[in-house]
Amino acid sequence: MSVTQSTYNYKVVRQFTVMTVVWGIVGMLVGVIIAAQLVWPELNFGPYLHFGRLRPLHTNAVIFAFGGCALFATSYYVVQRTCHARIFSDGLAAFTFWGWQLVIVLAAITLPLGMTQGKEYAELEWPIDLLIAVVWVAYAVVFFGTIVKRKVTHIYVANWFYGGFILAVALLHIVNSAAIPVSPTKSYSAYAGVQDAMVQWWYGHNAVGFFLTAGFLGMMYYFVPKQAGRPIYSYRLSVVHFWALIFTYMWAGPHHLHYTALPDWTQSVGMLFSLILLAPSWGGMINGVMTLSGAWHKLRDDPILKFLITSLSFYGMSTFEGPMMAIKTVNALSHYTDWTIGHVHSGALGWVAMISIGSVYYLVPRLFGKPEMFSVKLITVHFWVATIGVVLYIASMWISGVMQGLMWRAVNADGTLTYSFVESVKASYPFWAIRFLGGVLFLTGMLIMAYNMVKTIAGGRTVDDALVLQPAAQHA
Amino acid sequence: MMETLYLLIPISVGLVFLIGIAFWWSLRNGQFDDLEGPAYRILMDDDSTSAQLPVSESAVPPDTPPGEAAGSAAAANVRGS
Repeated sequence: MSVTQSTYNYKVVRQFTVMTVVWGIVGMLVGVIIAAQLVWPELNFGPYLHFGRLRPLHTNAVIFAFGGCALFATSYYVVQRTCHARIFSDGLAAFTFWGWQLVIVLAAITLPLGMTQGKEYAELEWPIDLLIAVVWVAYAVVFFGTIVKRKVTHIYVANWFYGGFILAVALLHIVNSAAIPVSPTKSYSAYAGVQDAMVQWWYGHNAVGFFLTAGFLGMMYYFVPKQAGRPIYSYRLSVVHFWALIFTYMWAGPHHLHYTALPDWTQSVGMLFSLILLAPSWGGMINGVMTLSGAWHKLRDDPILKFLITSLSFYGMSTFEGPMMAIKTVNALSHYTDWTIGHVHSGALGWVAMISIGSVYYLVPRLFGKPEMFSVKLITVHFWVATIGVVLYIASMWISGVMQGLMWRAVNADGTLTYSFVESVKASYPFWAIRFLGGVLFLTGMLIMAYNMVKTIAGGRTVDDALVLQPAAQHA
Repeated sequence: MMETLYLLIPISVGLVFLIGIAFWWSLRNGQFDDLEGPAYRILMDDDSTSAQLPVSESAVPPDTPPGEAAGSAAAANVRGS
């Protein structure tokens, strides 16, 4: 098998890339459905398609199916190209693909059936949790195995981010999913009460920090320089960014539990570390954006670069907003309101989805041996539709969130509440309608992308897997 | 009493030590000896579709900043035999 040794494994990257788009559409469609259910409650049909069961399906689908596939695809591509080595094990890589798809399908079946551990972003029951753990270990073996067999001494910074993300997620998943099964479809958490809440948000925030941030920063550090055709603004800063981020991220979780039964000092520690996180986050954001320094004109006619740079703007925005919301006094207003939903989507749609979309547009022609995407114009259309969608989404949630917070805390002169809860619900309707519209726009963009991808793959001839370039020979 | 902190704090502190070891290894391994070359090196790796065609074997992206430092760094970066 001398042939397989001299090419990169693009097959697994292709599979994950296509499924990124497919699961993106599915996950965002469920999001649009539950957004519609809030505006028109009549759309809650029966127990299986009720908001309460579709909402975790939405979050799992967009984070783990869409985001997960994007991370698998890009990490397998980046680690092979930057290590000048074929992936460690083709069989194990294929196992991660099919295993991960099985996890997603099982989630799509069990969540509407009401089988859940009830922990946010960790709803899946224990047999699926075990499957996730096995697939994740295989992922770690494939990824680090490829690093070990690298042909160059230096490990590119993107691989550090991917590696940190893979290890941290393994640890978080295993600790938080500890449960005592009572039947194949039901288990109870190994922790109780506020202990359980603390473990859950230690997991929950780090899922955001490592799954939705560190992994996607790996994507950023490869695809932004590649698409711009320029080296990262400061490689030194990217190394500092990595170490600063992973040393501090683990401690921010308690900010999800402000003003709860959690000891006050624990909340304060969480708040403090959340504020510290602003520094590495913005360092990374500036590093990515400044890569275009002196070549801003490229932004004018390259829609892929538009996606990548806009995603960094949203990353900067939400990593400023996050620490602010972690401040206890701000949190007293924002907690439990739509502001949180707006913040999450500024990160999820603006940062995570846009950087993934940009990376997928970069990858598809290369993976399928085409000179470029079927229609560059359609990428531009997608960009504007998606951007308008995100802006409508987060602006409406900011307004309704602050409004809800103010209405809930308003008291009359005699100390009674000015508004009943349902009055704040009623006042939120117009904003929920705008949010629905924003979601529809973002989903439309994904459908445009799917069309563009299918036309790209179907058209013309294809080229075989890329040959592994000898690191020095190509420059000798 | 927050018993769970007896689990989470040791895990997090232990992790900081492990990260510290990883940092120490990468420092000793010379990962940070050159903090300019690696940024250029990913640009020298031409992954465009045209590079996969047999005709353009030695394709280097035209807008890649050449730079001698980056070139010699690429040669110094090769691992093993």
